[in-house]
Amino acid sequence: MSGHPLIWNSEAECMPREQLEQLQLVRLQQTLQRVCRNVPCYQHKFKDCGFNPGDLKSLDDIRHLPFTTKEDLRLNYPYGMFAVPMSDVVRIHSSSGTTGKPTVVGYTKQDISTWTELVARFMTAAGVTREDIVHIAFGYGLFTGAFGLHYGSEAIGASVIPISGGNTDKQIMIMQDYRSSALVCTPSYGLTIADRLEKKGIDPASLALRVGLFGAEPWSEQMRCELESRLGIIATDNYGLSEIMGPGVAGDCLAKCGMHLAEDHFVFEIIDPDTGQVLPRGSTGELVITSLTKQAFPMIRYRTRDITRIIYQPCECGRSLARMAKTSGRTDDMLIIKGVNVFPTQIEEVLLQIEGCQPHYQLIVDRVNNMDQLEVQVEVNEHIFFDEMKRQRQFVNEAEKRLATVLGVSARVKLVEPSSIMRHEGKASRVLDKRKQ
Amino acid sequence: MKVEQISVFIENKSGRLAEVSGVLGDANVNIRALSLADTSDFGILRLIVDDSEKALSVLRDKHFTVNKTEVIGVEVPDIPGGLSSILKILDNNQINVEYMYAFVERSGSNAVIIFRFDNIDQAIKVLLNNGVNILDGKKITSI
Repeated sequence: MSGHPLIWNSEAECMPREQLEQLQLVRLQQTLQRVCRNVPCYQHKFKDCGFNPGDLKSLDDIRHLPFTTKEDLRLNYPYGMFAVPMSDVVRIHSSSGTTGKPTVVGYTKQDISTWTELVARFMTAAGVTREDIVHIAFGYGLFTGAFGLHYGSEAIGASVIPISGGNTDKQIMIMQDYRSSALVCTPSYGLTIADRLEKKGIDPASLALRVGLFGAEPWSEQMRCELESRLGIIATDNYGLSEIMGPGVAGDCLAKCGMHLAEDHFVFEIIDPDTGQVLPRGSTGELVITSLTKQAFPMIRYRTRDITRIIYQPCECGRSLARMAKTSGRTDDMLIIKGVNVFPTQIEEVLLQIEGCQPHYQLIVDRVNNMDQLEVQVEVNEHIFFDEMKRQRQFVNEAEKRLATVLGVSARVKLVEPSSIMRHEGKASRVLDKRKQ
Repeated sequence: MKVEQISVFIENKSGRLAEVSGVLGDANVNIRALSLADTSDFGILRLIVDDSEKALSVLRDKHFTVNKTEVIGVEVPDIPGGLSSILKILDNNQINVEYMYAFVERSGSNAVIIFRFDNIDQAIKVLLNNGVNILDGKKITSI
């Protein structure tokens, strides 16, 4: 909390590299001791590769540690990866798992306070101050987005409007009447708001909006330009995932040349997703994150599946923390639809639970009027084909209902003729993502 | 008494209906009656043909999804109110009609309507008790 207006915690954010790495090393050693004591999954993993927490002498030694994957979280569902007793856990969040069961994460009081600090950092970096009225149009619920930004805003002293998602007309009315100055939502929803303003003939300049904090889905520089020109705002990006903490893992400063990583709380590595080898500095590869201060849900070398690169050159804003480029893809087949993580395997599981349904399906993802749409094409067969339209519609409705329940996002089911979906070896080809930016 | 009806799943794309009739024509199967129910995505084509088994097998060979169902063909006096009198009988006896469609050919001076019921046996009993003439399956396919 320094005097500099645009840096929330200059001691941490401008720490000399050498000192930062020393801090990371000490915190990493403490984290390893703790998980080895409290998390059976890590006890086994370390034992299997003959690693002793005391063996870690330098940050580089982290490469000898085993990875943690979404599969580990699934195997330890729901609380197996927690490192503290439930009595110390004050919050549970979750995100979708690769199959039917979600991923469950926990926070202690201290974790919530760290989270708040890290969100306050990137919000400050985006120019948000206590004078701002922050319009949070992320859904409040099990997903981390809304709460993270909520805490960060309050810490800064800004005024929070926890409007949550949906009902664009009401969002616009509140923006007009309450004078929202900072908008928090997914970038695609930002464009939906821009469309609606246009349709209603409302000049964005008549609103008090001046900055947007967009996250929860990958977006391009082109989309940034569109959001900035159509809403008349500064559009900033931020990155996070619930397995690690939620938003606050990284965020843009006003230079908008990569998101500053919270390196005093996490160690970031870039690996080759095929070999698992750490890549030289500056390479593009899969981002792997190790938490350094988390109490309830520490993660050692968590494979994010996000493709990016880390920029170590100093930034014009004065922060010494390295930056990550916008993510450019995934190493798995996860889709982000309306900010919600969706795995094709989840859809397969739902379909297989429906009597007579065979796993011949294809997912078509498109962006219509800036909103993501998911269509699940299912090949019809004699067990799910009826001569009565009523029963046929019932089948489709039932499938749509079950998908929406499991995925947390609506999907349209379209029946297609048998053998009309191409048969491929890999499951990635089950997805046709038409969202071109 | 009952008639075999075949139903075919058809995606809403051009030429699919022509393909079904083409496959049947090539196999020398004659379509006696048909009805199509459709949505924006797909349609359900229901057919009465002169050789259901053959129709099923040639359509399956061409990867169509097909089912067979039992329906009945009812003789309806070809006069104003003819259909209404039969529907009234069904209604009075709480028999639900799932769907129905007309046969192209007549049977003597009567029209022929194909009915699909949830409970076909109950429907047959009610219609017969009320003196309605239900056509023999064999007779229908050879009208």
